[in-house]
Amino acid sequence: MATTRPRPETPAELDPELRLRMYRTMVECRRFETRAQELFFEGLVRGTTHLGVGQEAVAAGFAAAMRDDDYTFATYRGHNHALARGAPMGPLYAELFGRANGLMGGKGGSMHITDVDHHMMGSYAIVGAHLPIALGAAWSAQYRKSGQVAVCFFGDGTTNIGAFHEALNMAVVWKAPVIFVCENNQYMEYTPIGAVTAVARPAADRASAYGLEPIVVDGNDVEAVHAVALVAIERARAGEGPSLVEAVTYRHGGHSRADPGKYRPDEEVEAWKKRDPIPAYRARLAESGAEAAALDRIDEATAAKVQAAEDEARAGPEPSPQVIETQVWADGGSSWRGTR
Amino acid sequence: MAEITYRQAVAAGIAQEMERDETVVLIGEDVGAAGGVFKLTEGLFEKFGPERVRDTPISEQAIVGAAMGAAMTGLRPIAELMFSDFFAVAWDMVANQIAKTRYMTDGQVSLPLVLRTANGAGLRFGAQHSQSVENWAMAIPGLKVVAPSTPADVVGLMAAAIRDPDPVVFCEHKALLANKGEVPDGEHVLPLGQAAIVREGSDCTIVAVAAMVPRAVEAAEGLAGRHGISAEVIDLRTLVPLDVATILGSVEKTSRLFTVEENPRLCGWGAEIVSIVADEGFYSLDAPLVRITTPHVPLPSAAVLEDAALPTVERIVETVRRRLEEAK
Repeated sequence: MATTRPRPETPAELDPELRLRMYRTMVECRRFETRAQELFFEGLVRGTTHLGVGQEAVAAGFAAAMRDDDYTFATYRGHNHALARGAPMGPLYAELFGRANGLMGGKGGSMHITDVDHHMMGSYAIVGAHLPIALGAAWSAQYRKSGQVAVCFFGDGTTNIGAFHEALNMAVVWKAPVIFVCENNQYMEYTPIGAVTAVARPAADRASAYGLEPIVVDGNDVEAVHAVALVAIERARAGEGPSLVEAVTYRHGGHSRADPGKYRPDEEVEAWKKRDPIPAYRARLAESGAEAAALDRIDEATAAKVQAAEDEARAGPEPSPQVIETQVWADGGSSWRGTR
Repeated sequence: MAEITYRQAVAAGIAQEMERDETVVLIGEDVGAAGGVFKLTEGLFEKFGPERVRDTPISEQAIVGAAMGAAMTGLRPIAELMFSDFFAVAWDMVANQIAKTRYMTDGQVSLPLVLRTANGAGLRFGAQHSQSVENWAMAIPGLKVVAPSTPADVVGLMAAAIRDPDPVVFCEHKALLANKGEVPDGEHVLPLGQAAIVREGSDCTIVAVAAMVPRAVEAAEGLAGRHGISAEVIDLRTLVPLDVATILGSVEKTSRLFTVEENPRLCGWGAEIVSIVADEGFYSLDAPLVRITTPHVPLPSAAVLEDAALPTVERIVETVRRRLEEAK
């Protein structure tokens, strides 16, 4: 049976700068995504978006525990993870707007956010695909003796697809330096995860099948997440192999932009919103001596940063149709003809 | 020049590249200590060790996905899919992930990897272990596709595939494994995207790949000896990139085109060739474009049925003779 890891008893030992960084990351993610949702309804963000509003503590806690050159792999609910690794906000908005100044020139969109410069190795939109891919990056780090680890975030629904099980098994056999992080937000798309899963804890209750410790952490408590991340990353870097972490959290909104999430009981949504990770962490920081003015400054700077990013993205041009036939191949082009 | 088998050429090509580049690694089911179920990787485990030649569980998604993750982070992995039919198990990794990631990330991610696989019929393995799947891969933008027919081409194109900065699906034909051929001494590398004219002729062009190449050559000899028909035979060697210029050049000379395809009829690679020639070589043509294929059926297992389903030398000879006769 899985046990929830308690937050370490000595949170005061955390570096105040690190704590403010985690707070800032969460606030930036929240503000970015909340505004993205508004811009979606204005018609500026097209296609679809999957927001991680309510789940920011998982991204912030892990990112603060990672080395700059560690790899992140995320899902289509990946904005938080890109921002937490340092992806620039303007090009991220521009990608959502489908502009030429987007992170991927408008070719990827919200579900495929990638920023290799910040070792954000991609957002993967086919459930489960990126677990084997993250395992491969970890194997590469192991082979190159680079000391890097890969952290792979995925939803609770992923634990029921084959690639999850194939990746877990092979990662353990190969002792790959990879941390699999299940963001259990209670719903696979529109269906409660418990209604379609054989065990109560979708990730942790599967851990023993792969010889792993079942780890459950409060995914709305950024310091608890950070503490678990430190242990798992250290273990991976030391050559002791992978970990599987289940972070219990909740998405405040629906599955995607079109989903109001009405299948969830109002009381449940309200109860989780009361456990919003951001006000909770702000209160804890204030209790432990952080100045309100310092926190206010983060909030204000974030508002300005998000506004500037939106302005930057809006100023970008639409992509030229000339780019349609670029970057299929490493030579930059798309020709399928031989060059005799 | 040394004479080796097609089977030995696979390991020789991989070894040549592993010796010159430490980032080249090989994974797959039974590829290590066992040397591969078709003995295609024999000796590599002993030579390069378990860090570079790794056995995997029966987990095709994990094998192909791990190759992708390694390729995007500095290695040049080769992943073996024991039978090409198993691509279906890992098709998300191949078609959605590997093929599309460079494009979706606007070039941020490069994937220099090779997916090797035992392809094709002839061993009476039935419908799930005998397919020719080159055209599956050919239909997905972002994948290069290689299907060699000789030991020398196996070595040269394997080297090219491993050195290529893009993902390559490398089809090794099961029915050719025991075939022998001369391989150049020293390092041997061929370009991707260049067909070979393996027999010159003037009356018609026959285009083939892999196991259909020796059949097409034998048919051409029969056509010459029995019917006085001079057939030119082109071994495409790679389907993507496709050597359109060599095909069009040959058709300009012969005015008649036949394809010989092991794949089932619909959307086989020959359909694309015929379409290109109809578009770009139409005014060279004196006769209909003709595809000689396996019928549109799953492959049967019994020897007599499998043999009759694939294009045979006799069917090639008869089809070419009859269609040339009609066109007179």
